[in-house]
Amino acid sequence: MKALVFSRKPAKFAAAMLAGRLSPGGGAKVGPLALRDVDPPDLPGPGWVRVRPRLAGICGSDLATIDGTSSRWFEPIVSFPFTPGHEVVGELDDGTRVVIVPVLSCVARGISPVCGSCAAGAINHCERLGYGDLEPGLQCGFCESTGGGWSTLMVAHQDQLVAVPDAVSDEAAVLVEPTACAVHAARQVTATRVAVIGAGTLGLLTIAALRSTRPGLEILATAKHPHQRALAAELGADAVVAPGELDRAIRSRTGSMRLDNGQLTDGIEAVVDCVGSAESLAQALRIAAPGGTIHVVGMPGVTTVDLTPLWQREVALRGAYAYERADFDAAIGLVTSLDLGRLVTATYPLGRYEDAVAHAATAGARGAVKIAFDLRSERERNSI
Amino acid sequence: MPRPGFVLEVDKSTPPILFHHGESLRLERLPAGRSRVLYPGEPLDALDDVDGAIRQALDNPLGDSEPLRALLRPGMKLTIAFDDISLPLPPMRRPDVRQRVIEAVLDLAAAAGVDDVHLIAALALHRRMTEAELRHAVGDRVYDAFAPHGLLYNHDAEDPDNLAFLGSTEQGEEVEINKRAADSDLLVYVNINLVSMDGGWKSTATGLASYRSLRHHHNVRTMLQSRSFMDRHKSELHSSNWRMGEVLRKSGVQIFQIETTLNNDTFGTSGPMSVLQKREWEWTARDRATFIGMKAGLDRMPTKARRKIFNSWKAPYGVTSVQAGEVEAVHEATTANVFKQQLVEIEGQTDILTMGLPYICPYNVNSIMNPILVMCLGLGYFFNMYRGRPLVREGGVLIMSHPTPWEFNPVHHPSYIDFFEQVLADTTDPLEIEAKYEKQYAEDEWYRHLYRTSYAYHGVHPFYMWYWGSHALSHLGKVIIVGGEARSVRRLGFTPASTLNDALEMASDVVGRHGTITHLHNPPIVMADVT
Repeated sequence: MKALVFSRKPAKFAAAMLAGRLSPGGGAKVGPLALRDVDPPDLPGPGWVRVRPRLAGICGSDLATIDGTSSRWFEPIVSFPFTPGHEVVGELDDGTRVVIVPVLSCVARGISPVCGSCAAGAINHCERLGYGDLEPGLQCGFCESTGGGWSTLMVAHQDQLVAVPDAVSDEAAVLVEPTACAVHAARQVTATRVAVIGAGTLGLLTIAALRSTRPGLEILATAKHPHQRALAAELGADAVVAPGELDRAIRSRTGSMRLDNGQLTDGIEAVVDCVGSAESLAQALRIAAPGGTIHVVGMPGVTTVDLTPLWQREVALRGAYAYERADFDAAIGLVTSLDLGRLVTATYPLGRYEDAVAHAATAGARGAVKIAFDLRSERERNSI
Repeated sequence: MPRPGFVLEVDKSTPPILFHHGESLRLERLPAGRSRVLYPGEPLDALDDVDGAIRQALDNPLGDSEPLRALLRPGMKLTIAFDDISLPLPPMRRPDVRQRVIEAVLDLAAAAGVDDVHLIAALALHRRMTEAELRHAVGDRVYDAFAPHGLLYNHDAEDPDNLAFLGSTEQGEEVEINKRAADSDLLVYVNINLVSMDGGWKSTATGLASYRSLRHHHNVRTMLQSRSFMDRHKSELHSSNWRMGEVLRKSGVQIFQIETTLNNDTFGTSGPMSVLQKREWEWTARDRATFIGMKAGLDRMPTKARRKIFNSWKAPYGVTSVQAGEVEAVHEATTANVFKQQLVEIEGQTDILTMGLPYICPYNVNSIMNPILVMCLGLGYFFNMYRGRPLVREGGVLIMSHPTPWEFNPVHHPSYIDFFEQVLADTTDPLEIEAKYEKQYAEDEWYRHLYRTSYAYHGVHPFYMWYWGSHALSHLGKVIIVGGEARSVRRLGFTPASTLNDALEMASDVVGRHGTITHLHNPPIVMADVT
């Protein structure tokens, strides 16, 4: 079967880092990602099923992996070679369409009894991550045993499957996983006023999730590009400003004073950073109010940031990783009610993965939001 | 004898016409057969003896007022308020006429034994004047005698301890002005009446007022009802100030008003800038060479260098009249003198009004003309330079030429930046802006702090700039800016055009292919008397 495979090849990894710096997504051309003919993954055990991906999205964490900028933190919790793709809508052998909950919990890894977090439904906090019957992998798409969505076949545990209602298109369904991340992040926010940094897929979905769960919340968002600005407003932001205007917008809205170097004396109660870069974190620290909270939703890497404001203003920095199982139900509701399938701007066949990755890495500038692989027409898909 | 202003009908022999373009210049050929140009009059003859004229005015007041010397007595409290940096434009060469008037007043005060004297820059919600700017306005002698002792200072419209509430008009307009001025036995107000809008009761009721008071006439409703605010008798802005003047009078504030007028000698009669106030068909070969060289040099210079050159220009204005005495009588005489220089009769309205916006307006002296000020200068000031009817017909098109950079002076215009980024990104409708955002900006503590302690315009000031254009916004069918930074122009809600021809093409969508065109050849200042 055809699959995009990411192998452990240090020299190619270094080349990807360099290429990625020169041109976002450039790591796909020279790095360890390649289109291969591989054997279909074995079913790891009872309760596992085969899933034929229909659409599989390209996520920011995938791009970081391809361009070699992701943290070494992940090394013990991924297994090579792996097939990326964790935003997946696929179908089972009986034709049932499903969305996969890619987080590999104790149940999926055959650990019994399950850990306390998994027992409580907080699978993203699994206390046995990296152990169990599978090769290490925090999610499908980073685990050798399961394969991933960027292929014509992968495997998933029944516990990971969420049925897709007939009324939900594949395009909407492929956004269920990132929408679940957004729903999870939105649940963390208790403030009455929030700034959302970044209007890529995750930023836009977070705005939508915040608005749907908190109608009275005041949401101020940043967006670099006109289409992002329009979507952010449409999905629920009360105001959308350019990233360079955010500090002034916060100052103006909060009535904060401003010091000579531009620092605010007050700020906004909560910041949701959907970028995760050094710049966005530094900005979040600048605009968060004393005692405020920064929710880091975008995957950060190894960054350098001045934490003095965090200390001096007693700002809390809180990660927002993945979701709980229940977040998927809310996510399906959101993608349906808001017709979020329209955020899928372009799809590519596996054979054009270099173009797909380059498009995803420059999506904002090219007027796009979500880029995905379309496996529905892959010749081998139905012959396995 | 100076030649009066006039209207030129453009034909095939008409040379390209000068358009100011921020810190640059353009020559534009207007379509023959349907274009005309409104030229200002040549500078009126200046007074030979300005100091003598000042003394004469102080001793022979107009209206129901005693001569100034009769109003001065030992032990009294005297306050002299004077117009701020926003007048005149560009600043005039030394000695500034304010200095001459203030020195004359102080001479009389000293002779009368008055020793409790304060001088206040009546800046309303404008930025504070720097020491250099104050020195330029009042002269070194006056500055050194008063400023070190805290007796010469800027009005602070946000100082609750130094404001006096004097009552309300019948319409409920609150009158609150500078406490020192209100408590004085005599308030002498020294004006430079650059345009007909200046002076009268507006001097005190606006220049020395607080936000609480100003908001009653600096609002959209007032501006929509001022047709135009350059015509006192048809200006709700002035009617409100006149009503407030009545409250001032009844509350016992005694005012001795001094108003002065200047001629149109903005760029001089010699030197490279002088070409800017000559009529194009009278340019000599030397003038043309000067212009070409000046334009080429300016266009190659970095913006900062260009700005520095223009900001250093001091106009050689001549003083044409001095009036003193009772406020309204003085102002009637002054306005007549302003009109004598600036008013030019023109028959009928036009479909398309063109104008080249210069580098300066009342609120960017020694600063940057940001996009909001571009709007204000074009749609506020230049559009309203009419008496009778607007020069452009209702539903017509205004074409302005200005680079309109997305650039702000962060010290002078901090709230403008936020207004541009936040408010105009939401709406350009003056009424909506006023209802939704004014209070927040007016009461913002940071803006208030910067206004009081730094050199920032008040937080609400960009709103006033936008309101100033309300009448034009409601009147015009389209606004086009030639040569402006596209994203700034769009943020203003206007249409960018690369060339005048492109702009005229765009305008034809609104007024048809044969729309008439009138170019307001300003500066030097000209005001249209539209019959």
